[in-house]
Amino acid sequence: MIAIIDYGMGNLRSVQKALEQVGAKAKITQEPDDIKAADKIVLPGVGAMQPAMDRLKALGIIPAIKDAAAKGAMFLGICLGLQLLFEQSSEGVSTKGLGLLKGNVERFTRLKIPQIGWNQLHIQNADSPIFKGIEESANVYFCHSYFVKPKDKGIISTTTHYGIDFVSSIYADNILGVQFHPEKSQSVGLQILKNFSKL
Amino acid sequence: MLTKRIIPCLDVKDGRVVKGTHFVNLRDAGDPVAIAELYDEQKADEIVFLDITASHEKRPIILDIVKETAEKVFMPLTVGGGINNLDDIRALLNAGSDKVSINTAAVENPDLVRESSKKFGNQCIVAAIDAKKNTGGWWEVYTHGGRTATGKDAIKWAQTVEKLGAGEILLTSMDYDGTKDGYDIPLTDAVCQAVNIPVIASGGAGKLEDFYNVFAKTQADAALAASVFHYRELTVGDVKNYLRDKKIEVRL
Repeated sequence: MIAIIDYGMGNLRSVQKALEQVGAKAKITQEPDDIKAADKIVLPGVGAMQPAMDRLKALGIIPAIKDAAAKGAMFLGICLGLQLLFEQSSEGVSTKGLGLLKGNVERFTRLKIPQIGWNQLHIQNADSPIFKGIEESANVYFCHSYFVKPKDKGIISTTTHYGIDFVSSIYADNILGVQFHPEKSQSVGLQILKNFSKL
Repeated sequence: MLTKRIIPCLDVKDGRVVKGTHFVNLRDAGDPVAIAELYDEQKADEIVFLDITASHEKRPIILDIVKETAEKVFMPLTVGGGINNLDDIRALLNAGSDKVSINTAAVENPDLVRESSKKFGNQCIVAAIDAKKNTGGWWEVYTHGGRTATGKDAIKWAQTVEKLGAGEILLTSMDYDGTKDGYDIPLTDAVCQAVNIPVIASGGAGKLEDFYNVFAKTQADAALAASVFHYRELTVGDVKNYLRDKKIEVRL
């Protein structure tokens, strides 16, 4: 069972429908018990980190998320959901994230912001299980102003170029995250979600 | 590197596509979901639904169409037309739309752009600007589907919506729209130079060279077209192959 965490930050239905399309069962939930019971968890979301953390706190589900990650549930952060995994963001005054991974979140400074559109994945670590069958330079859909800077460079699985080379996905044992939107990336995105659902 | 986007636009009225009658191979040529699936197969980078439903009672139909589309195609979806408040935006995003485009309501109530971009994130708020060169030689913003002149300068208005929090601009040239003479290069160039958010050029696409020109001569990030795709004069694939041969980065 895949739990998609609903904290009022974006388009959860698309994530659920994309997972169903590849044959997985996914439940949209904000119940701590569902999160604890799930063997896979998806944390989606678009927008800014501060309101997202405020919502997660108000719902009282942060302990359940941390417990599930510590117990080894497979975890996929998408877009803002990836950024939330890290310690803090430089947006506005510094905002604390969930801190499951060490590192920060920074804003683009060059080119147009947000980056909106299709850009290429450059594979840095071919072991990441969600990229099985995905070719080097495959195009995926991005829509964001911030990107993550992990302290441990070993967890970087792909980078993408937008003025700079930024981290477009990470893989740290049971914790995975993608800066792009697999649920909006046509066949490439569906393959990535299928890979995740089979872990 | 970020590729240039090709975006088909569908005008939807009372739940039916208005210009879709030439889709002879479709079982139902007026069905927006079926046409969205066709553009998905052609590898369109995004789809825009422009809801031109006039009657208030029939407005909720677009939500069902967005829901059904989001179940069948897994690509970015933008919906515009008749959006007046935060509840309209929330309903469309929950139905499966990724972005909403706001035109008249942004001019009448600029706070809507500010509040919605704060609430939902600026990446999902698109400011749609319909512009027309007036007798004074400057581009003026029009609202209500091009019927109402606002007295606002389009370049300055583009900068204003960026400051208010819009994440993207959908710029339509009323002078070129429907002419098939190509995109309005001076207008598109002027708006791209004035802002630091992505700009979608719209109005005037008629042939392959038009797409090349707008990307070669301006900093536009995307080109939107309706009738050339609706009437099958070109496919999205035709446009992308042509651009790739001319060294414009596109996703094939």
